[in-house]
Amino acid sequence: MRGNFRIVSTTLSALALIGAIGLSATVSADPMEDGKKLAFSKKKGNCLACHLIPGGDQPGNIGPPLIGMKARFPDKAKLHAQIAEPRTANPNSIMPPFSAHGVLSGKEIDLVVDFIYSL
Amino acid sequence: MKKLIGVVALLSLALSPLLTAQAATPAEDREAFREYFKKNMPSDDLADYKNGVYAFNKDAREQWEEIEEFPPYEIQLDEGEELWNKKFANGKSFENCLGKLDTIRAKYPHFDEKNDTIVTLEGSINKCLTDNDEKPLKWKKGKMASLSGYIARAADGQKIKVEVKGDKALAWYNKGKNFFYAKRGQLNLSCADCHMYNASKWIRGDNLGPALGQATHFPVFRSKWGELGTLHRRYGGCNKQVRAKPFKAQSDEYKALEYFQAVMSDGMDINGPGARK
Ligand code: HEC
Ligand code: HEC
Repeated sequence: MRGNFRIVSTTLSALALIGAIGLSATVSADPMEDGKKLAFSKKKGNCLACHLIPGGDQPGNIGPPLIGMKARFPDKAKLHAQIAEPRTANPNSIMPPFSAHGVLSGKEIDLVVDFIYSL
Repeated sequence: MKKLIGVVALLSLALSPLLTAQAATPAEDREAFREYFKKNMPSDDLADYKNGVYAFNKDAREQWEEIEEFPPYEIQLDEGEELWNKKFANGKSFENCLGKLDTIRAKYPHFDEKNDTIVTLEGSINKCLTDNDEKPLKWKKGKMASLSGYIARAADGQKIKVEVKGDKALAWYNKGKNFFYAKRGQLNLSCADCHMYNASKWIRGDNLGPALGQATHFPVFRSKWGELGTLHRRYGGCNKQVRAKPFKAQSDEYKALEYFQAVMSDGMDINGPGARK
């Protein structure tokens, strides 16, 4: 029952999202594509500003290339945490605190994680 | 008791590198700042940092040198010259307030003891206008940038010279220094993050220029702007990039920042106006 409820509520919020920002059905059709968009978009993750990411144009070189992430982060949750709060690993990190500063929601970080985990 | 003193002494000994770092004089800061760039950057020709990012980027440098053969800011220098020569309604002119043309740029920014503030060239230009019952100019571009550029060009070959004398001046210096190193905005980045720790690296398609020398060549012609803009205009742009609310041009925050940056660039050639991407 609980599980059902969660499905209903995510569907609802996904619907709300579609309504709010007028995105088409691509939102859940291809999560990998959504993660990529979030990672590349200047208004969102803009990870490309600092990291080389396969498939991205004009990458920066402030941070390490985001390749072989499965090997670097066998535990997916740790990868999520690194993106959500880079200051845990490096208090002076130049990488933005995506979660604490509300740049990306937890769900958006999940999508980004899935995408870079595939690289 | 003796033991306690020993512990305290030991403790302060352990802390002393930190303490001295905090209590460093502006001259010591400048030395450490220059040393950082010398050690960590692809070019240790610090005098060349007056050319910003072109000190690192050979390809971009060639393009830029071509641009400088027919400077895109020439028209604005002409406008600046006209403004400089034009008499006010009361018969006076800028020379009456600011002094001889080629002596002006090197005096700014400086600390004004009486008013406990930092005086910038742009601030003095507008003060001259309002003191003479003329309308002040807008701060960041247009005529202000033209006149500031004309005055800067007349100081070609001179050096930046700023002094920090007395506690109040030091407080302004420290305000600017804190601003420079403080993280800000939704993206949580400091000036130092981009222009010191990651200078010479790429952030997307942009090569990051060194903070050392940033005060030498303003106003700057930016291709993106298609015109000259003042240093404070650039500060505002860099604040916005990290999704921070920019301060107003000539706010205390930016004046303090300009003061700090000028102290860091002390002794370098004045080479405004510059041209950048
Ligand atoms: C402004 C620069 C900047 C941005 C933007 C940025 N990062 Fe980073 N990132 C870094 C730096 C620098 C490091 C190196 C570790 C450190 O200093 O914190 C890093 C480290 C990482 C690591 C750890 C790599 C490893 O092998 O340990 C991951 C994963 C990562 N970033 C992912 C991302 C993702 C995903 C985004 C976008 C949502 C992003 N970064 C945006 C600068 C940035
Ligand atoms: C996210 C990175 C970033 C941050 C943070 C940042 N800047 Fe910049 N800044 C740039 C880029 C990119 C340029 C254009 C390339 C260059 O000239 O360095 C630039 C250019 C400049 C310039 C013009 C340089 C020239 O030679 O004309 C000045 C001055 C400047 N920044 C000052 C600052 C100050 C002061 C701060 C902090 C308040 C700051 N920047 C914060 C990225 C940044």
